[in-house]
Amino acid sequence: MPGENNNKNTGFDYDMSTDYVLQTTDLVKEFKGFTAVDNVSLNIERGSIHALIGPNGAGKTTVFNLLTKFLSPTSGRILYNGRDITAMKPASVARLGLIRSFQISAVFPHLTVLENVRIALQRKESNSFHFWRSEKVLEPLNEKALELLDQVGLREFAKTTTVDLSYGRKRALEIATTLALDPELMLLDEPTQGMGHEDVDVVAALIKKVSANRTILMVEHNLHVVSRLADRITVLQRGAVLTEGDYDTVSADPRVKEAYLGVAADEEEEGGEPVGASGEVEQQERATA
Amino acid sequence: MTMTKPRIALLVLLGLLAPLVIYPVFLMKVLCFALFACAFNLLLGFTGLLSFGHAAFLGTGGYVTGYLMINTGITPELGILCGTLAAGVVGAVYGKLAVKREGIYFAMVTLALAQLLFFVYLQAPFTGGEDGLQGVPRGFLFGLIDLTNNTYLYYVVYAIFLFGFWLVFRTVHSPFGQILKAIRENEPRAISLGYNVTQYKWVAFVISAALAGLAGSTKTLVFQLASLNDVHWHLSGEVVLMTLLGGMGTIAGPLVGAGVVVTIQNYLSGGELGNYVSIIMGVIFIICVLLFRNGIVGELQRLIKRNFG
Ligand SMILES: Nc1ncnc2c1ncn2[C@@H]1O[C@H](COP(=O)(O)OP(=O)(O)OP(=O)(O)O)[C@@H](O)[C@H]1O
Ligand SMILES: [Mg+2]
Repeated sequence: MPGENNNKNTGFDYDMSTDYVLQTTDLVKEFKGFTAVDNVSLNIERGSIHALIGPNGAGKTTVFNLLTKFLSPTSGRILYNGRDITAMKPASVARLGLIRSFQISAVFPHLTVLENVRIALQRKESNSFHFWRSEKVLEPLNEKALELLDQVGLREFAKTTTVDLSYGRKRALEIATTLALDPELMLLDEPTQGMGHEDVDVVAALIKKVSANRTILMVEHNLHVVSRLADRITVLQRGAVLTEGDYDTVSADPRVKEAYLGVAADEEEEGGEPVGASGEVEQQERATA
Repeated sequence: MTMTKPRIALLVLLGLLAPLVIYPVFLMKVLCFALFACAFNLLLGFTGLLSFGHAAFLGTGGYVTGYLMINTGITPELGILCGTLAAGVVGAVYGKLAVKREGIYFAMVTLALAQLLFFVYLQAPFTGGEDGLQGVPRGFLFGLIDLTNNTYLYYVVYAIFLFGFWLVFRTVHSPFGQILKAIRENEPRAISLGYNVTQYKWVAFVISAALAGLAGSTKTLVFQLASLNDVHWHLSGEVVLMTLLGGMGTIAGPLVGAGVVVTIQNYLSGGELGNYVSIIMGVIFIICVLLFRNGIVGELQRLIKRNFG
């Protein structure tokens, strides 16, 4: 598997002509004196899968909240397709094609699976304020919605109330809903978190599949997934960028081992069970072996 | 419990026959409060917004209709229309101020604004202060039909109620209603999909306020009275009770809840327990919140789903 990312990543350069879909300069977010995001400058190349990793509390979700304007930065700038979106509202940013998912599964639990996807499709229709019309006018969207559900293997659950879905399926539904808007840049916050091995593989394959024609920025703890998918990785630690590069570069960096695995890195060499992140370390071992 | 066509037809028919067996004024009172609760439920049950000042809109509808009926001699349908529009306008302004807030702050802002209006109506020269507007003439519908006849008036009120009920039903089951439900279910997600949620909340707020005004205007015509009771926070609380008791987020819940509350109040206020009405309602409220979280209609739906679904 490492062989796979080699061919993706060799020859990456910092050429000024590289096409970036999203750039941030010196992004800072302070919460009452506590700096959660510290001078983060990101450059997300168009068409790539970019992973944001780092230990718990590193500020990854906060960065997502800043990029999607759910939070306003204390300072710094955000450029999306060269346009300054630093002062925009979250809904407006979404309308430009920058769609996020959430760390905690974000579905509409008491709507059906089909309706969940249709809500997203409906956004581009002109009837979303029409309170005097029957919802039957939405039926033409069903076909497209079913296609999207098919993509994530949920077609047969179209009529199920979402709250009754398994966790893994809810996350898959979330991806289908996000895809419904055909986002140019898709932000995924730990899409495989809390999933069993099989679901993880399914979702990883799904992300790979949908990454065609779009850019993906993802927070992911599962390093196996990161190694398989990411063209480029940014490591955050205590709000600041620790390092950036392809998987081999980043995973070879001793500072990353130290920051990301903490004490676990030492224990690992001694053959001890790493603290708190056993699955991840295992997978990292496998991926780098 | 889904609303199939034959069931709806049956219910409508029941409403048409009801005044043959039940005192029409009582029925009209139930219908007015049922409409009020339906309007309120559009916000609480289907948008997830708890307004604690909905009496402001009911009262505004009542005062405007009462004032116009007394002072201008316009026909009752116009009086009701003006009252409804006035409530919609107040709703538009209050909504603008309130929908930006979330959760408990939304409730507090609506309560504060409603109290403000209460004092305006208490002081204003055209509301009759503590006495309210009494002896509001019912007039002639379209200048033709004499509404002093309770049976005629009943059918007018019933038609108004059906219209309001239909509008809420339509709104809930419309493209717009889908977005409202999405906002209720997961607001951040709705935002992240690009929906400007405050606009949707505002439109829902205005519809709800106008319908509450429609209920108030109609009620003024029925009782020939508009008073401070109609804008009091007690009433804002009562509509919460009706909705929760009947089942919030269900179409029929507010209707059932209003029926139950008005019936209990009518029974008690006549008898020895008259002084304890608010205590008894409070106890019912607590029992309902603790034991029947889904309200009467909600619990029934669950039972049916469990046993037959
Ligand atoms: N709204 C907030 N107010 C105050 N502090 C916050 C807020 N949001 C996040 N923080 C703090 O900022 C830091 C970064 O949090 P964040 O959620 O971004 O981390 P993360 O990298 O996503 O972690 P995890 O891997 O656990 O999801 C944490 O210390 C957190 O407590
Ligand atoms: Mg996080």
